[in-house]
Amino acid sequence: MNLNMIQPKCNHSRQGTACTCGLCCTKITNFGVSRGGTEILRNVNLHIHCGDLTAIIGPNGAGKSTLLKAILGEISHTGELQFLDAKNEGTTKPSMGYVPQKLDLDSSSPTSVLDLFAAAHTKIPIWFTYPKKTRERVRESLARTQAEHLINKRLGALSGGELQRVLLALALDPIPHLLLLDEPVSGIDQRGLELFYKTVSILRENYDLSIILVSHDLNLVAEYADQVAFVNNNTIECGGTPQEVFSNEKVIQTFGLDWSKRYLRDEKDRVDNALMV
Amino acid sequence: MHLWYSLVDLLLPFGWIQHAFMKNALLGVLLVTPIFGLLGTMIVNNRMAFFSDSLGHSALTGIAIGVILGIENPLWSMLFFSVLITIAILVVKEANTASTDTIIGVFSSTAMALGIVILSRNGGFTKYSVYLIGDLLSISSFDLMTLGIVFVLVIALWIVVFNKLLLASMNQSLARSRGINVRLYEYLFAMIMAVIVTISIQWVGILIISSLLILPAASSRNIAKNMRQYHVYSVLIALISGVSGLILSYFWGTATGATIVLISAVFFAVTFITKLRLG
Repeated sequence: MNLNMIQPKCNHSRQGTACTCGLCCTKITNFGVSRGGTEILRNVNLHIHCGDLTAIIGPNGAGKSTLLKAILGEISHTGELQFLDAKNEGTTKPSMGYVPQKLDLDSSSPTSVLDLFAAAHTKIPIWFTYPKKTRERVRESLARTQAEHLINKRLGALSGGELQRVLLALALDPIPHLLLLDEPVSGIDQRGLELFYKTVSILRENYDLSIILVSHDLNLVAEYADQVAFVNNNTIECGGTPQEVFSNEKVIQTFGLDWSKRYLRDEKDRVDNALMV
Repeated sequence: MHLWYSLVDLLLPFGWIQHAFMKNALLGVLLVTPIFGLLGTMIVNNRMAFFSDSLGHSALTGIAIGVILGIENPLWSMLFFSVLITIAILVVKEANTASTDTIIGVFSSTAMALGIVILSRNGGFTKYSVYLIGDLLSISSFDLMTLGIVFVLVIALWIVVFNKLLLASMNQSLARSRGINVRLYEYLFAMIMAVIVTISIQWVGILIISSLLILPAASSRNIAKNMRQYHVYSVLIALISGVSGLILSYFWGTATGATIVLISAVFFAVTFITKLRLG
């Protein structure tokens, strides 16, 4: 793991500093969101390097999904979102891919996977015709997430895990600077979820992209994330490596002592094993 | 128009089509039903059936305003009012204080009540009852011209907005991440609906206009496996119901709009059973 990525425990001192690692990065500086006079998020700072998987965890209603929507630009926010390339130049808006929790459609909807992609890629209305190359391109996109066999299936007929892989493939076409994932709370079995994390992990190594993942599965976060941001009381209360965050008082209080103890014990075993090898 | 008349005389040498009003009505059906079939697919997708219903109801107030202002053709006041109420519904919806169907219900019933109160002054509501069931056979050459222009405009707009609208309907954040201005397209779609519903009301009638939008798409949904099939079936069902409904209403002496809706309902029943049997 790249040591440059590790943030100091529970502070936001990174704001304003440039990328120092020679990689491109995305910087979120002093983000705040208010709605109807209520402050939903304040003083949020995140610094994400390419190839980094940053997991956002926290109790329900803490503002995790709001943070994603603010980054997407769907809801207005204060503060700055910057994307810097490898030479530390260019503050262009990063291109974003987004994997939503779910789609708003009933299971009888006659929208196929190919329809979804064609609607996103082409200007010609999909009820009229598809350009010839579309099907080929969609197949290639789906292959990235091992979902090419689903191309003619209706979206409503997919299982939770299949739908998530399809949506991930869509978010990756074209490859974005920043990939935002909102993990579903339910509807995906444990194996599907693990497969999803593995796929994301592999993608991160193969493509130069930063990933922000809103997650509910602490075990998988511990295993796959490079950075963890704990959102609570409308801000990032604690950020750092999984080890750092999961040994933090507030995090332990929120998620329960048992889980943390087990995590730290497992982690110790893992380190010991590694040393023995 | 002459071209149309001679074309019909040439192709359809039947008794029922001899009258000029039937030729006009046939052209009207051929223009209106494909639009209904097309728009209906998105209305059913977005669960907006109730919204199209309320647009129909609000037309009553549009007519009433026209009467008060002394406008001869109430179409303009109806258009104005339905666009106004569409914006009102969307704005209140965005405030996110109540569920969408509650908001639409409030506006719809208020508009209808207001229309009835104004029109029933001095006990004169009966002469407006033609708007309740519509009269397709009264369609004039001028109406057809208006309809023709609207037809071209709606199809053109629909070609431009459809893909973006579809993405936005599935997930707003997803659409946003692909650079789509969700709000703009939501408003555009609602406006297109308001215009097409309002223009068709005098021929189809307030009471059944939304069924004409919903039924072809709902039937098609029973059997379609992708978006193209969905649209092709929907437009076909709308066209077939429209033409056969017009012919049957001529022989039965019934209201045309309602007859068309009944035939669409038969289509729904048949496709629904097909779906159940095929699983």
